Amino acid sequence: MKISQQEIEHIALLARLKLTPEEINLYTEQLNSILECFDMLNRIDTTNVEPTAHAVELYNVLREDEVQPSLPREKALQNAPQAEDGFFKVPRIV
Amino acid sequence: MSYQDKYEMVCGVETHVELATKTKIFCGCTTEFGGEQNTHVCPVCLGLPGVLPVLNREVVNLAIKAGLALNCEIAEFTKFDRKNYYYPDLPKNYQTSQYDLPICKKGWVEIEVIGKSKKGGITRAHMEEDAGKLVHSGDSITASDSSGVDYNRTGVPLLEIVSEPDMRSVDEVIAYLQELVQILDYAGVSDCRMEQGSVRFDVNVSLRPLGSKDFGTRTEIKNLNSFTAVRRCLEYETERQAAVLDKGEKVIQETRTWDENQGVTLSLRTKEEAHDYRYFPEPDLVPLKIDRDWVERIRATLPELPAAKRERLKGLGLSAYEAGIITSNKAMAGYFDQVMQKYPEAKVVANWIMGDLSALLNAGNQSFEDCPVKPYQLADMLLMIDKGEISGKIAKTVLEEIYSSGKDPAAIVKEKGLVQIKDEGALEKIISEVLANNPKSVADYRGGKEKALGFLVGQVMKATQGKANPELVNKILKEKLK
Ligand SMILES: [Zn+2]
Repeated sequence: MKISQQEIEHIALLARLKLTPEEINLYTEQLNSILECFDMLNRIDTTNVEPTAHAVELYNVLREDEVQPSLPREKALQNAPQAEDGFFKVPRIV
Repeated sequence: MSYQDKYEMVCGVETHVELATKTKIFCGCTTEFGGEQNTHVCPVCLGLPGVLPVLNREVVNLAIKAGLALNCEIAEFTKFDRKNYYYPDLPKNYQTSQYDLPICKKGWVEIEVIGKSKKGGITRAHMEEDAGKLVHSGDSITASDSSGVDYNRTGVPLLEIVSEPDMRSVDEVIAYLQELVQILDYAGVSDCRMEQGSVRFDVNVSLRPLGSKDFGTRTEIKNLNSFTAVRRCLEYETERQAAVLDKGEKVIQETRTWDENQGVTLSLRTKEEAHDYRYFPEPDLVPLKIDRDWVERIRATLPELPAAKRERLKGLGLSAYEAGIITSNKAMAGYFDQVMQKYPEAKVVANWIMGDLSALLNAGNQSFEDCPVKPYQLADMLLMIDKGEISGKIAKTVLEEIYSSGKDPAAIVKEKGLVQIKDEGALEKIISEVLANNPKSVADYRGGKEKALGFLVGQVMKATQGKANPELVNKILKEKLK
């Protein structure tokens, strides 16, 4: 499996990353070498192996439906780059 | 000219319904509606680094309950997955949802349109979290330099119910949605408060030439929040697609948005048109194994559902129409059952509930949930009519009095002197006066005009302010007119 420059550009767009042409080259190379490792895994026969849903053998970790205190709003907004009138403020979306 | 002359519509709906829990799906923040912005948030639902979600047991209970009410199979093994996309209403940049192993699948609801019924298939139903709310600084998102985000709704538990593309007309779509919402309301899975946005619909719609078996290209219209919006939107979209096809052009597969004010659907051409959610299993949550005992425990808590209730009411002698009206509202149906416990005459009870009582509630802008007339009071009043203590006409006045004062019917009748006149002597006197004052009608009746009797009965009722026993009046009148 080989990954193309176009695919790197698509992934960058999905991750909201702005890449320079040099970075696109670099990451194409790096991601391809990572994918080569996965090719090794692909050589293993998994015909009778159930897909793994989770790495630990644990099920049904649940909590009761009881209200717990929320954060005071000042605390919730404390690390926001921008806030206004109790809202998180974000730049133009589209 | 309508699209239906040439095309058949094919429609499926994704319904997002808010589950009736006290807390969010993965944290203990309240789900209460209407809090000030960003006051129902914590490190978990804000997606701060290093936190771990823990699944709310009640979310699973309600999802199982919904599945059972919708005739679904409940999965023995189910898990959560991450649906990745960047949008400011999603603080983690992914929505925790379910992908390939949803909790419910393969269900159906019965839908009925003009006496014809069919099954509306349900492909699947899965648990997920709601996103936050955006408030734009300008008139619209495109006209805004910035937006405000309120994360109170983030993490509120939702069930997404995906239908099969089984609906073939707008009426069928509405019938499906009404039945679905009614079932969820009855089952207590959701409050189904449409005005608070606790139920939202995404519709997928396409047209195909009449007689064709293949599906046409579909469009998806997202985030409709009422039955009316769904109806108007589908009526518009089917005509739009028909016009495109009539010109020999192709419908573009895309997501569109419904503009309520203009009454049109608009293309949402964003850069990230290709949905590439890169789902993968949620590593922060362990999977669920749902043993059959758990399912049976939930099944035992299911109340009578609308379809069963309609059948039971029909068995009591109500018409399909009456049974449909009474069950269309959970509170009204509950009220009906309570009155019936004390006064088991289904037709009579249904008439009063659907007629006079509904009219009073409508005029007073109230509902059966907070009806000032208690079910036992209506039953007592109906018993008084049967015993001849009040006439049916006076009962209307009594009902109004109970509604406005909350007093019991017997007390009102006594206080207002509304007791029916059954004293023959007293009635005879009044009737003699009425006859003396209306010689023309008397002559008419004696001359063979049966109708004149009705007029005279009316005059007697008027003279007694409606308190005369009508049967007695008829009897005495006929005797005197011989
Ligand atoms: Zn929280």
